[in-house]
Amino acid sequence: MYVYRPHDKQLLSERVAQFRDQTRRYLDGQLSNDEFLPLRLQNGLYIQRYAPMLRVSVPYGMLSSTQLRMLGRIAREWDKGYAHVSTRQNIQYNWPDLEDVPDILAALAEVEMHAIQTSGNCIRNVTTDEFAGINAAEIEDPRPWCEIIRQWATFNPEFAYLPRKFKIAVNAVPDADPALIGVHDIGVQVVHRDGETGFRVLAGGGLGRTPMVGEVIGDFVPWPHLLSYLEAILRVYNKYGNRDNKYKARIKILVKALGAEKFRALTEAEFAELKDGPMTLTADEVDTMRGHFSTPAYDTALGQRPAALEEALASNKAFNRWFHTNVTAHRQPGYAAVTLTLKKTGRAPGDITDEELDAVADLAETYSFAEARTTHQQNIVLGDVRQDQLFPLWEKLDALGFATPNLKLLTDMIACPGGDFCSLANAKSIPIAEAIQRHFDDMDYLHDLGPIDVNISGCMNACGHHHIGHIGILGVDKKGREYYQITLGGRGDKVSKIGEKLGPSFDADQVVPVIARLVDLYVEQRKPDELFVDTYERLGIEPFKERAYATDH
Amino acid sequence: MPQIIKDGVIVDDTWQRLDAEALAALQALPDGPVIVPLAYWQAHRESLKARGDVGVCLEPGEEPAALADDFAALPLVAINFPAFKDGRGYSYARELRTRYGFKGEVRAVGDVLRDQLFYMQRVGFNAFVIRADRDIHDALNGLRDFSVTYQGDVNDPRPIYRRH
Ligand code: HEM
Ligand code: SF4
Repeated sequence: MYVYRPHDKQLLSERVAQFRDQTRRYLDGQLSNDEFLPLRLQNGLYIQRYAPMLRVSVPYGMLSSTQLRMLGRIAREWDKGYAHVSTRQNIQYNWPDLEDVPDILAALAEVEMHAIQTSGNCIRNVTTDEFAGINAAEIEDPRPWCEIIRQWATFNPEFAYLPRKFKIAVNAVPDADPALIGVHDIGVQVVHRDGETGFRVLAGGGLGRTPMVGEVIGDFVPWPHLLSYLEAILRVYNKYGNRDNKYKARIKILVKALGAEKFRALTEAEFAELKDGPMTLTADEVDTMRGHFSTPAYDTALGQRPAALEEALASNKAFNRWFHTNVTAHRQPGYAAVTLTLKKTGRAPGDITDEELDAVADLAETYSFAEARTTHQQNIVLGDVRQDQLFPLWEKLDALGFATPNLKLLTDMIACPGGDFCSLANAKSIPIAEAIQRHFDDMDYLHDLGPIDVNISGCMNACGHHHIGHIGILGVDKKGREYYQITLGGRGDKVSKIGEKLGPSFDADQVVPVIARLVDLYVEQRKPDELFVDTYERLGIEPFKERAYATDH
Repeated sequence: MPQIIKDGVIVDDTWQRLDAEALAALQALPDGPVIVPLAYWQAHRESLKARGDVGVCLEPGEEPAALADDFAALPLVAINFPAFKDGRGYSYARELRTRYGFKGEVRAVGDVLRDQLFYMQRVGFNAFVIRADRDIHDALNGLRDFSVTYQGDVNDPRPIYRRH
């Protein structure tokens, strides 16, 4: 992964000093609430229902064991012993004291981490496929491009006061969208054309109040011009984005209002001026970045499916099930990627304790070159595990509660913190997630159902990505009471697609029975090997609507 | 005399900034260096150009392109930040310097605060009228928040990977 150079360290220590001074001036009354707000937000600090929330940046999801241990230490010393994996691959703390944040940042800086631009109206953490670099389907590793973008975006002086937050994702898998680039402000697709690397650039996607899938703005941007092209888009957005109405301020509204054609023309005009200028990327720099993500010291003598693995698969049913659910193929023969599901019933999706962070750090060290990755589904991946080590690793994961064999299944839900923590919520999400997990606790049944994405948000800000769940659940408020609206047919699996509303919203105690009825309909109607969402696409919304609102069921 | 930060030091400010309302109340433009709104400049362009001591203030939504033919005659362009959160002025300043090669003073006025200065100087502002209720000496420190930057900027267009 990216290892800091001296200048990166210098930058972070200066940042810590700057924020320490800003916090001091705020506490002394020299900075008003309003003035401190964007400063603290650009450092990932929200003021929440009970306490501030601090969002720590995890660039493109990569974490070392050293960093995991520090995250654990922070949870222990400054929080209540928990951290939370977010849908943008970051780590969040729900209970730090404002006064302690400078010390937390100093601790993070020791391990080359920070909270820069994890929130606020600036360019946020760049995200990508959690299997980046190990996914056999990708055309090249997207992470060097992510790091190049990260550095360009960090404290970019022109884009620190944008109309609204700005999120960029990079994907290098053709014909699939594991990084959800379709629903980001800018989505960057790595493509090869005539032997040259370039990018298809989308703009104007996003979830939230007005969910949209982005439009292709740049069809093929050759690699040296990546940053100039991004800068051109950002400049158009900075100049023409709506600043009068927060709800119309995202780039998706601008792209929609101008139309993709006009937006493209404005971008091209800016790009014409920047192209071939000093920010043009050099082969040297790209090589240096690639060097940071070089292949770990794999044992290249390993074959696929070693005897130890085959034996364990044959003799242990639970391991076999987990293997088929939570283990992903790897581009390197003899290795596999393992997903630790943070979705144990009774625990908020994505929550992880200080001790568990330490345990994951140890396991990463023993089994995966001391590296782990966070996922947008709020799980953690050990990316480079030898296949002959899968069984001993599974035993340890099982003991820790990370081996729930439900990856991508109905109980592997994405859920935002909702009304339990978030002051913007219209309804709770965590208890709904838990009720679903309790109802669907039969593993055989879950496996029979196959992959179903259930995504839950406590309000229309869509932190839980409900729009792109096969089944989306959105908390709504009606006359001070909590209700839940259901959407169907959203996708964040192969492509990004926004779900359709089923109809009037439901009481909290109706959510589980309604989902059960929808799932029943699927089981009755599916063709062999057909996913829930494919059956939905084939049948359309009507039969699902009928079943969901049928009272004789 | 009021003071501003200019080219990294605190100096007396010789310029008088007049908004549309103040101008309407006057019979004629006063002597001495003045900053006028874009609309006033456009209405009186020829006579103002001849004076050589008149600057223009751009508001958010008024792009530097409106002055494309005038830069040779302009000693100063001010950019107003009615609220510090409105970041359009950052792109305008950058355009003034890089697209139009403007060499005169680029001055930040309005809601100008210490914690934005580091960014502002990097996009091409070289003068800052600090909000009246703030300590200008304290604000000066804001110009020195960082010694490292990743991207190129108006003062040094080379990003870090070209700065060997
Ligand atoms: C508890 C404190 C939180 C607050 C106050 C908060 C606030 C918000 C707001 C206001 C938006 C809407 C922005 C818009 O207009 O599009 C938003 C979007 C989002 N939030 Fe949060 N959020 C919180 C926690 C989280 C958590 C815990 C996650 C991850 C689990 C998360 C992930 C996201 C994502 C992915 C979006 C993006 C929607 C899009 O693509 O447009 N947020 N959040
Ligand atoms: S979706 Fe709403 S309730 Fe959930 S975390 Fe985001 S802002 Fe809070």
